[in-house]
Amino acid sequence: MQINSAGKDLIVKIDGDIDHHVSSQIKEKVEREFEFSNAENIIFDFSNVNFMDSSGIGMIIGRYKMLQKTGGKIYIANVKPQLESIIEISGLRKIINFIDKI
Amino acid sequence: MKSEVTIIMDSNSENEMFARIAIAAFITPLNPTIEELNDIKTAVSEAITNAIIHGYADKSGKIFLTCKIIGREVVIKIEDNGIGIDDIKKAMEPLYTSKPDMERSGIGFTVMETFMDKIFVESKKNFGTTIVMSKNLIAS
Repeated sequence: MQINSAGKDLIVKIDGDIDHHVSSQIKEKVEREFEFSNAENIIFDFSNVNFMDSSGIGMIIGRYKMLQKTGGKIYIANVKPQLESIIEISGLRKIINFIDKI
Repeated sequence: MKSEVTIIMDSNSENEMFARIAIAAFITPLNPTIEELNDIKTAVSEAITNAIIHGYADKSGKIFLTCKIIGREVVIKIEDNGIGIDDIKKAMEPLYTSKPDMERSGIGFTVMETFMDKIFVESKKNFGTTIVMSKNLIAS
């Protein structure tokens, strides 16, 4: 996982599967980095994510709630087709902005 | 084709990845589509995660994972000796979670139901939970 600040955005590039084990690591790291940065928004780069289960959905919704307090936004970029069905079931598209490019 | 494998693993979250990759490898001879493989891996991941965080509530225990291939049907059983589910009907409701503070989305069972053809859940308080789910793969 790589986390970089770019202006108002914290860019979180995730490598590999997002399950319950990995979700708690992402949560912890992103929360810490966000606190020490001047970022307002979080962009998750999913270009290297081939698998995600409902724990990943929970982690994203958790970050959404975290940013709601300060008016920040969550973006998810470069989602692979195999993640579409879990995203569809979760209704994540109603609250998160999906983008093709960062 | 008829074949079966059983894996007994510790309820560590590190094993979630091992479990779904082991099952994916086991059913590879059936030539599943990428979608089918992804559906099964996700359902396994959900069931194993449930056993770890709900069944054993992050304490250590054993999870028994069995995968059976009968023709083109894949039958998967996930069993734990954890605390059991009080109300299965409620647990299976979309968006219900018994651990709202843990950032659970509450859609684990919905995912298993949607991604597999059939799911059967049996649970006894303080004895554990068994999930059996199956999926028929399309003809290769």
